[in-house]
Amino acid sequence: MTPKRKQRLLLIAAMVIGVGVAAGFALKAFNQNLMFFYTPTKVMAGEAPTGRLIRVGGLVTKGSLKRQADGLTVHFDITDYAHTMTVQYTGILPDLFREGQGIVAHGKLQQDGSFVADEVLAKHDEKYMPPEVADALKTAHREGAKTTAAGTD
Amino acid sequence: MIPELGHFSLILALCMAVVLAVFPLIGSLNNTPGWVALAKPAALAQFCFTALSFACLVNAFLANDFSVAYVAENGNTLLPTLYKISAVWGAHEGSLLLWALILTGWTTAVAIFTRNLPPVTLARVLSVMGIISIGFLSFLLFTSNPFARVYPAPLEGGDLNPLLQDPGLAIHPPMLYMGYVGMSVAFSFAIAALIGGKLDATWARWSRPWTTVAWVFLTIGITLGSWWAYNELGWGGWWFWDPVENASFMPWLAATALIHSLAVTEKRGAFKRWTVLLSLLAFSLSLLGTFLVRSGVLTSVHSFAADPARGLFILVFLSIVIGGSLLLYAWRAPDVNSGGRFDMLSRETLLLGNNVLLVAITAFVLLGTLAPLIYDAMGWGKISVGFPWFTTMFVIFTPFMVFLMGMGPLTRWKHQDPAQLARTLRIAFVISIAAGVVAALPILHGGSWQAGLAVALSVWLLASLLLSLRQRHRHNVGVANIWKSFRMRGGGSYYGMIIAHLGVVVFIIGVTFATQFTQQEDVRMSPGQTYELAGYSFRFDGAKPVPGPNYRADRASFLVTRDNREVATLHPEKRTYTVQTKPMTESGIDVGLFRDLYVSLGESLGNGDWSVRLYYKPFVRWIWLGGIMIAIGGLCAALDRRYRIAVSKRVVAPEPSRVKAPGKKANA
Repeated sequence: MTPKRKQRLLLIAAMVIGVGVAAGFALKAFNQNLMFFYTPTKVMAGEAPTGRLIRVGGLVTKGSLKRQADGLTVHFDITDYAHTMTVQYTGILPDLFREGQGIVAHGKLQQDGSFVADEVLAKHDEKYMPPEVADALKTAHREGAKTTAAGTD
Repeated sequence: MIPELGHFSLILALCMAVVLAVFPLIGSLNNTPGWVALAKPAALAQFCFTALSFACLVNAFLANDFSVAYVAENGNTLLPTLYKISAVWGAHEGSLLLWALILTGWTTAVAIFTRNLPPVTLARVLSVMGIISIGFLSFLLFTSNPFARVYPAPLEGGDLNPLLQDPGLAIHPPMLYMGYVGMSVAFSFAIAALIGGKLDATWARWSRPWTTVAWVFLTIGITLGSWWAYNELGWGGWWFWDPVENASFMPWLAATALIHSLAVTEKRGAFKRWTVLLSLLAFSLSLLGTFLVRSGVLTSVHSFAADPARGLFILVFLSIVIGGSLLLYAWRAPDVNSGGRFDMLSRETLLLGNNVLLVAITAFVLLGTLAPLIYDAMGWGKISVGFPWFTTMFVIFTPFMVFLMGMGPLTRWKHQDPAQLARTLRIAFVISIAAGVVAALPILHGGSWQAGLAVALSVWLLASLLLSLRQRHRHNVGVANIWKSFRMRGGGSYYGMIIAHLGVVVFIIGVTFATQFTQQEDVRMSPGQTYELAGYSFRFDGAKPVPGPNYRADRASFLVTRDNREVATLHPEKRTYTVQTKPMTESGIDVGLFRDLYVSLGESLGNGDWSVRLYYKPFVRWIWLGGIMIAIGGLCAALDRRYRIAVSKRVVAPEPSRVKAPGKKANA
């Protein structure tokens, strides 16, 4: 029985190592693919990394949508009412994209501070906005209130 | 009046569930045949009351009874009849009612179709299902009553979400729920076996066809969901690793591991504890999936807290079911003997390897799905896990799985001579490597190692399946013989396996080619303008407004030609639904076995110009074709004659060892 048991131990060891290595790769990839969310305030404060996939979100500022001559590249501003940043995107905007509406964009922050999106999401209907954006607005509002309060003191 | 009838009927169903959960179980433990006999009528009554309740809600939608809050939110007089019915499960309350209906339906099916089961075991199985049913019915009645009235009643309903107005999505949730809830049967069988302390091959044989049928429904549901996303979301994606999709995919992965592990338990008596654990896991993941999708916890952890009653109920229910079953497992499982022995190279080992890989994938999908929730709850920031991660993970694990899948059917149970296996598989190995290298070379499509890998794996699997068929039909060739062998005991299982694994071959090719060789272009087009993509030329013939039943649409016309020959005329639409004023992209698709041509309208850019997305998607149909084949394979396996022949045999001559089971006399 002993050689057999040894064999089985070997088998289990091989499996554990195999799955362990695969798990290692998967977790490494996991870390690389985590996309953190940043508000325009945080981006403007320089907290967001450049050259890495991140998500930004806010309300699209009214009247900020500009189309290039090719008709597909657009620039628009998003805001959390405290700060505003510009997003550039080439492609077809989602059905629910509208000025004044909350959106989330996936993409990379460039060295020069502009944000180039590879995906723009506006899944939520008019009544609701993406939860991140709602939170961002709330935080910005609270902090805004704090600074004004500090100013009057 | 009718909504109140539905509400009342639902309360009665809950009462029946309590009866079902309490009396048969206690009766089975202290040998009270009268209580045990209550199981069937209680299960039937529970189903009838739930069905009546469901019918009342359907009626409220058909009759446009907007005094019912749920109908007022999701119904509309202008909805076509099909969508009035599917609106019943279009939102939280109604979909839970559908869940409950299907659960009581499965309970009744188990009560009716398992005549060979000892009454005591059957009573336990039904009781466990009754306990689950109590959870769902009280969740419905106490936190999400679909029959709640609203006063004053609005004149018109809020309409069904336009995204859900599609025939594919009308039947997608019922299919998916059939699968989710079907896992409760495997779960209940496992719990009943744990209570009785009898985990043996017969238990696996009882549980197997049920589990396979549930898995077939889950497969169909997921395939339909993917097909719907491709058709209806308008942007050519067929899988997004969206948490809602993952919620259905995780139980599928666990159930796939389960049906393979059940095979080992039935045939060889091994892996008993592991099989039980997988039964618990598959159903727990189904529950988790239902609640992830339905509680709103996915959109935000805070929306979960916004409705504390629902959230708390869900958490308590989940912990009772998962925690309770694991406790029972910890208490009873150590008594189970480990069963059949096997060597290092044997079919058992290969199936174990596949199980480990499937569970590993499940764990990673779970991690990716829950990580954003955990990060948010812990205050570590708001994250989302990128699409590429899930894909990477699949590319890491799947090749090993397919490699084992190829070896499995050619390997003997218990002990396999490695040299012999190597001799058999030599040809398959060489051919698959060669095919892979050829496919990866840059002569085709500019070369892609992913395509090479996929082709190698598919050819490997295909060749090994053919080798296995040849082994089975070495002495009897011909279609008639194959049919005869299909009808034999075990034939359905074997050919089911072949068909399902062929489905995997088709699926792998579809996924890889559709992702690697898709060509996509976003362009601005003026009427009369032509654009070339992948050898096809798309001519835009302008868009004009057309009215629909409950929407307005801009309908464009595209003439697709190849080498000056007409291929298709596509009519993508941009719809605006009148009630919810939501824009919707309705794609124009020319379907083909080897390629789809896909056109979506973006926005109107003035002067009749539109932004347009054009796709050339090779082999995309193979993805769903593979899914359908996998489901058909499962169906063949579930219909195997052996499950029925075994029944009649046992009724005629009960094995002596089984006669002493309490209550057996009543059956004979």
